[in-house]
Amino acid sequence: MKILVCISKTPDTTAKIAFTDNNTKFAQDGVQWIINPYDEWYALVRAIELKEKDPSIVLHLVTVAGADTDPVIRKALALGGDEAIRINADSQDSFYIASQIAEVAKQGSYDLIFTGKETIDYNGSSIGGMVAELLNLPYVSLATKFDLNGTTATITREIEGGEEICEVQLPVVVSCQKGMAEQRIPNMKGIMGARTKPLKVVEPAAVEALTAVVSFELPPAKAGVKLIPADNPAELVRLLHEEAKLI
Amino acid sequence: MSVLIFIDQADGHVKKASLEALSYGAKVAEQLGTTAEGVVLGTVKEDLAALGKYGIKKVHHVANDTLNHFDAQVFTGVIAQAVTAANANVVIFSNNVDGKAIAPRLAARLKAGLVSGAVALPNTSNGFAVKKSVFSGKAFANIALNSPIKIISLNPNSYAIAAGEGTAEVAPLNATVEASKVKVTTVNKVTGEVPLSEAEIVVSGGRGLKGPENWGLVEDLAKLLGAATACSRPVADVHWRPHHEHVGQTGLAIAPNLYIAIGISGAIQHLAGVNRSKTIVVINKDPEAPFFKAADYGIVGDAFEVVPKIIEAVKKVKGMA
Repeated sequence: MKILVCISKTPDTTAKIAFTDNNTKFAQDGVQWIINPYDEWYALVRAIELKEKDPSIVLHLVTVAGADTDPVIRKALALGGDEAIRINADSQDSFYIASQIAEVAKQGSYDLIFTGKETIDYNGSSIGGMVAELLNLPYVSLATKFDLNGTTATITREIEGGEEICEVQLPVVVSCQKGMAEQRIPNMKGIMGARTKPLKVVEPAAVEALTAVVSFELPPAKAGVKLIPADNPAELVRLLHEEAKLI
Repeated sequence: MSVLIFIDQADGHVKKASLEALSYGAKVAEQLGTTAEGVVLGTVKEDLAALGKYGIKKVHHVANDTLNHFDAQVFTGVIAQAVTAANANVVIFSNNVDGKAIAPRLAARLKAGLVSGAVALPNTSNGFAVKKSVFSGKAFANIALNSPIKIISLNPNSYAIAAGEGTAEVAPLNATVEASKVKVTTVNKVTGEVPLSEAEIVVSGGRGLKGPENWGLVEDLAKLLGAATACSRPVADVHWRPHHEHVGQTGLAIAPNLYIAIGISGAIQHLAGVNRSKTIVVINKDPEAPFFKAADYGIVGDAFEVVPKIIEAVKKVKGMA
């Protein structure tokens, strides 16, 4: 059994969002980089739990990034996993990234591919679906629970206003979100061990991106809050009813 | 050439998010000087011709009942056939649960550029660029689509439904439907509740409510307003409320017309999930709570005193007291 977990680096959740070069590039100065929370807390940790239950599972991580991402990859390996593969390219668009990952996945013949449900920077929610299509595999998105019984996966996924439980034969691609697993803190043994785990660097396949960022913009600033005295909440309701016409 | 809109349905009824997508797609078609068509899969209980009032000329209907269970792989195959039937060069999805699963697959299959999470109409003055939400609602990016076929998935509650006059031609589409590899065994749906992603009003509670036993306040107000309920991450983490109610950077990102936050301080991660709400009301006893900076209306006060009074006032406005 081989599992591939797709990870991406993102700015820390508290990072200040600003742009440079005439609003065409994200301002990276002073930004702390982390593993995208959905990739780490849910996809990676659940895969690690599966491997803890069945140590014969081979667990690989994959990312599309330049060498400056290696420290973030080591952090992921400190949590668990046998080996990381870095596809040596700057990420372009989701189709480019998914095509690169699909190439690696084809060569490694994985039984299970996990992604986070989206990255917290681009919010594309696209990599899992694209990888699944490029490999012609079933795709179960927004999974909140995942269990394995032999080669049958039982997956709970979010639907509007509820959840759905389904069964699918491996291989399958799954996008993971809250509920799959709980966040872990790497321990000293993991951190030390991560230094010597293989981090393979592969060159990207020739793929053309289909989209490009033209510019970024920040939302307009709010006009400022209108405070209503605590002893007169009825005034709030009047404003929402008569001024904002929302209720 | 045409603009094709995927019409998402649940239990035979077209989802509100798809009415937004239809209205949006019709406008895109008008911009491009072409026509808008829709595609719907599975058994439908509604009059499809009536969807013409949202500006579409034709509805391709694949009335195969095996399509009543969603499978991204199977749906992608069918929609790809509809793209051919409609000779579409732009395909529109809602960026809802189903759209997020199908749009990327279709994009990979057709080698079509995809903008997911669009918040505005495309800018076609110089090429084709679409504005989307990025950095979890903290910024926007304008994305150029350079492929012959372009796919846009529209964030729910980002484009107003525009209904006019008109009837659509309903065209049965005899598409090849692959067998699903995903076997759905159980569906648990909370009926009667407004799905959070589609709600126009959301009432949300945080740690300031002190415990799950106090959620009656949130639920009562939500019920009166026809609103969905939500919560902050710490509340979901300690299991006061189910995970699916968690809104924020690592939970659900929502954009209702009205977001009422009770006892939520407004950490940057929470704001990321709700700052696309059109109007934000914050009730918090701490005047320094960062949420007030992002709010339109605020009350500095104890939720346990303030909210019951709000409930009474809403009842009066609604003629219930």
